[in-house]
Amino acid sequence: MPEPFTLVTAIAAPLEMSNVDTDQILPARFLRRPRDERYPTYGFHDLRFTPEGAPREEFVLNRPPYDRAGILVAQRNFGVGSSREAAVYALLAMGLRCVIAESFGDIFFSNALKNGLVPVRLPEAACAALRMAVTETPGAEITVDLEAQRVDGPGALAYGFTIPAFSRDCLLRGLDEIGLTMTLLPEIAAFEAARG
Amino acid sequence: MPRTLFQKIWDAHVVHRRDDGLCLLYVDRHYFHEGSFHAFNMLRARGLKVRRPDLSFGFGDHYAPTRARSTAAIADPEIRGIIETFERNAREAGIRAFEMADPRQGIVHVAGPELGLTLPGMTVVCGDSHTSSHGALGALAFGIGASEVAHVFATQTIWQSLPRQIRVTFDGTLPEGSTAKDMALALIAEIGTGGAQGGAIEFAGTAVRALSVEGRLTLCNMAIEAGARTGMVAPDATTLAWLAGRPFAKPVDIAHLRSDEDAGFDQEVRLDAGRIAPMATWGTSPEEAVPLSGRVPRPEQAPDEARRKAWQRSLDYMGLAGGEALADVKLDRVFLGSCTNSRLEDLRAAATVLKGRRIAVPMLVSPGSTSVKRQAEAEGLDRIFTEAGASWEESACSLCVSMNGDSVAEGERCASTSNRNFVGRQGRGARTHLVSPASAAASAVAGRLVAAEG
Repeated sequence: MPEPFTLVTAIAAPLEMSNVDTDQILPARFLRRPRDERYPTYGFHDLRFTPEGAPREEFVLNRPPYDRAGILVAQRNFGVGSSREAAVYALLAMGLRCVIAESFGDIFFSNALKNGLVPVRLPEAACAALRMAVTETPGAEITVDLEAQRVDGPGALAYGFTIPAFSRDCLLRGLDEIGLTMTLLPEIAAFEAARG
Repeated sequence: MPRTLFQKIWDAHVVHRRDDGLCLLYVDRHYFHEGSFHAFNMLRARGLKVRRPDLSFGFGDHYAPTRARSTAAIADPEIRGIIETFERNAREAGIRAFEMADPRQGIVHVAGPELGLTLPGMTVVCGDSHTSSHGALGALAFGIGASEVAHVFATQTIWQSLPRQIRVTFDGTLPEGSTAKDMALALIAEIGTGGAQGGAIEFAGTAVRALSVEGRLTLCNMAIEAGARTGMVAPDATTLAWLAGRPFAKPVDIAHLRSDEDAGFDQEVRLDAGRIAPMATWGTSPEEAVPLSGRVPRPEQAPDEARRKAWQRSLDYMGLAGGEALADVKLDRVFLGSCTNSRLEDLRAAATVLKGRRIAVPMLVSPGSTSVKRQAEAEGLDRIFTEAGASWEESACSLCVSMNGDSVAEGERCASTSNRNFVGRQGRGARTHLVSPASAAASAVAGRLVAAEG
């Protein structure tokens, strides 16, 4: 069951890459692993670590204060490719609660919503302005208010966003869809009966 | 009101419609593979049972070893554990699963259709993005995440909002030597990996009608790489002929399974199939593709600054300078397989090129299913591959996703018939060029990226 998400204020990290696919977010060789205490090291693994296992300083999430980021501001097409929901688990395990991007891979977007990682779509210029702001002031915080569907960044940066109503309701209450759908079981049974 | 094919199948499966338009759709067919352990864990945590074990089918593909068919032969304890868990979960839930030693085993998107488990007009889901493949049979098919897999197991339904309707029309006739894979790569190069985002593609036009079901499966398979949730082709006589006699197939009336004449699409894309040449990717995104007769682009040719940086990053990873002819790019190995291109037609196309020749770099051939392997062997294709010097192995996802122990070494360059040339997809630091089966075979012989002649 996901943690409820109402409002998060956190350090935001800029990710200056487009088309970040889920293979980069979580390389396939970690998919067989359980969600245990090792999970926080898997997210963006090959971008974060050299083949010898040393942290790459050039990767933004390795650098203080961005290593404490709770929000990631990316570019277009974040989370494209493989349907692996574990990519979302890996981001959550790193302490991220929200990704802001111009666009998302469809399945990633849906997986994020179901696990309490809020995917916020903002226009290109808004994403660029937020990335610039948190680059110029490392450690600057962004507030994502799901109830008001509003992002407040450093300075006067403020943007509205929308999340599908059903998912937003589930996120705010920390509910998952299975429980809600179970209340519709009579309709499902009727549908099955009608088709024979 | 005129409707698209997608809308017709959608409407026939709505169990519940919310005021905001979100629909609860009934799922006719659910496929799963070894990655389903998260979903089974979610069910267990909630004390839920699988509602319709008869509508789900499991296939061992992602972790099945390419060079063995027994669980005991797997050296890596984690991989062995994943396969054992898959088999146990299916057994305990009373679901039929085709494990690796089963003659019906195969890559889910190859074996499912081949068994007649995907039929026109069905809704089909699987915890795998390439589920779009099944749209080739006129089904509404899309990939889902683990939470959705658990949801389908528990309720046999899924929540969806109607995606944008996109029609991609390939007019004209595909030139000799070009294939469905080249159509897919040409489309993605044209509209980009985000070009169909949030949409459902219906593939139409004379060149699509002319494709075999195998070709349509390849085309729909790659719809996801254009950002679409799904791709589909309206079923026709070709579809019905292909389905006839398959073990699980049932007669289907397809008369209504087509978009109405004046159905509205939110986006229309038209391509001239007559101009599509054999293609290859040069970068780390499927949209970074050019004809094999061409050159790797230079970053300064990029349409904008963001693209220039992305291209530079791709070139650096791929070990290319930009500007070189693809035919001068030297390969280290070749992979023929994956849910995109591992069907009998694909193996025949590659074998035609390889017949009587020797390969210059190692080539791994992994047939899409155990049944495809048997059929290919009955035709003698295995001998053509092995006499050319290729490794003829078992059916698995293998080097498409490199989860079963197969991988391309760091810095090595592989021409691959799979679907994703992402950074690290075939192994950490591995460099992937996506091509068709015929181009893969020709490239294996040349040791460089080339199209098949004639």
